[in-house]
Amino acid sequence: MATLSMKNTNGKLKAGGKPRSVTDISKPANTLINIFFWIYSALCIIPFVLVLVVSFTDEKTVLLNGYSLFPEKLSLSAYDFLLNDWSSIVRSYGISIFVTIIGTVLSIVIMALFAYPISRRDFRQRGLFSFIMVFTILFNAGLVPFYMMYTQYLHLQNTLAVLILPYLVQGFFVLVMRTFFTNSVPTELIESGKIDGAGEWRIFAQIVLPLSLPVLASVGLLCTLNYWNDWYLSMLFINDDTHINIQYRMYKALQDMQFLSSNSTAYAAIMRQNPSYQLPSETVRMAMAVVGIGPIIFAYPFFQRFFIEGLTVGAVKG
Amino acid sequence: MNQPVEAVQMPLPAAGNSRRQNIGYWRKYGAFYLMMTPALLFLLINNYLPMIGSVIAFKNVNYQTGVFQSPWIGWKNFSFLFSTSDAWNITKNTIIYNAVFIILNLIIGVALALLFNAMRSRRLAKFHQTMMFLPYFLSWIIVTYLVYGFLNPEIGLINKSLLPSLGIQQSFDWYSDPKYWPYILPIVNTWKGIGYYAVFYLAAIIGIDKEYYEAATIDGASKWRQIQSITLPLIRPVVIVLTMLQVGRIFYSDFGLFYQVTRNAGALYDTTLVIDTYVYQGLIVTGDFGMSSAAGLYQAVVGFILVFVSNLIIRRISREDALY
Repeated sequence: MATLSMKNTNGKLKAGGKPRSVTDISKPANTLINIFFWIYSALCIIPFVLVLVVSFTDEKTVLLNGYSLFPEKLSLSAYDFLLNDWSSIVRSYGISIFVTIIGTVLSIVIMALFAYPISRRDFRQRGLFSFIMVFTILFNAGLVPFYMMYTQYLHLQNTLAVLILPYLVQGFFVLVMRTFFTNSVPTELIESGKIDGAGEWRIFAQIVLPLSLPVLASVGLLCTLNYWNDWYLSMLFINDDTHINIQYRMYKALQDMQFLSSNSTAYAAIMRQNPSYQLPSETVRMAMAVVGIGPIIFAYPFFQRFFIEGLTVGAVKG
Repeated sequence: MNQPVEAVQMPLPAAGNSRRQNIGYWRKYGAFYLMMTPALLFLLINNYLPMIGSVIAFKNVNYQTGVFQSPWIGWKNFSFLFSTSDAWNITKNTIIYNAVFIILNLIIGVALALLFNAMRSRRLAKFHQTMMFLPYFLSWIIVTYLVYGFLNPEIGLINKSLLPSLGIQQSFDWYSDPKYWPYILPIVNTWKGIGYYAVFYLAAIIGIDKEYYEAATIDGASKWRQIQSITLPLIRPVVIVLTMLQVGRIFYSDFGLFYQVTRNAGALYDTTLVIDTYVYQGLIVTGDFGMSSAAGLYQAVVGFILVFVSNLIIRRISREDALY
């Protein structure tokens, strides 16, 4: 809609002077678009700033004046409280990091190993095995049988395995890899490998994989994001405190402050020294969010570039 | 579905015409079967065996005796489900929300991509793109925190600062009144996901040959005219494929959005309960396995038909973009 009004200024494009190329838009239109995007970018960032600022605000100020980007009084008490509870937070980080690394590496290996044979045109059964994979995208049994499988038959509640296994093979990613292998690894190269006496494993490891780094990287990023951001599996399968990942810990902290206070030795210790201690619950919540957001914000600029490249490579060509 | 797995485990089935051919085949392709074994085992456990478990929907599940010993009750779970107002409500919510999401993703996504493409400064465009893409990377937990910061009824930014500064003294109880959520959820969903769609559309636009625009400019076509007659027709395939992929999943909802962002508040269920959250609720909270798996199977079957049909349509339009 905004585009419409801007395009009307187009008459000035020739009159107005020096467009760098014929496809450039006029100056006023460009200014309008710029203003629009500055506002939009602010809308994307302000929620984070709000959470960050509140986490540094004095609890009484928050309760009195509400969340504010410009608080009257700052305080470190929320972080002070979390610092006392650092061991459980560090453990949750550890679990998230472990699950993400192991999960991503295993996923990539297992999916690539499946994608390679079904990418080979001379493999007679490729259609059948592709279908076995595709069918899992089209139809799934639903939550109840899935839940029963992992709890009643595999007995994996409260293990790290249950945080890794369910996301291991994603049909869609396998198809993306297959497409890449078919389109980007020249058949002649595989043929010449065979003539030189290399077996399929060797061809896969030394010819196909090195040529497929772009797709492996973008699928790897998607897997990383899946594992790092997951709280659903924790909610379904984890009910003991030692296996809680950072996302689920944040969830618990937002649900009820009781969780933070009852599960931390820190709270008990403070209460012993100062029985009238009041937990700065609102600000501790937001501090918990800041601690949880931390690593992804730092990794984001680095991730993002590869991510966009990966997405667009995959998007334009199937 | 057992066939392929057996094929993996038995190295020499009588598949070909003669034994010698067979040996040649296995020497050549045996490695492939070995490569595929981990994924096949995984699919068997994670995907195919639970499909058999779908029979739970037709059983009166007795937790003690296990699923397979439990008595059959036919379609009773389904008739219970569809006799309640729940069935209609969750189906309606699921479809309407998804339809709104699809339309917003399409219109706003294309509009943003067009604006990005129009910007003169590449560097600024990249910068804003980075900002817009950020929410896509966050977990729903974090998004829930952000939404809560705005909507907390007592001390949230909107009730405490934003509305008073606009002269509105009324305080809204966001988390207990369902009528606001048909607006809040699309806003949150679009805010989080739009960067993803905009990037796809932008990639398609950038891929268009510049000569079209140069020729059009020489012919005196306005910018708006160029968008109508060059850009939009040429990105049509990408638009259609992305939209059809979403249409195919219209029976499934983003669990995080509907469970986390609404903080699973029971008071909001009228306008926030979708099939996914209903199934979860039935399984974990009320323990109503039968009804929950009936709802799950209903979702899976209708979902299957929709994916299948939309894929057929994609195939018609652009063969190489189809899933299979």
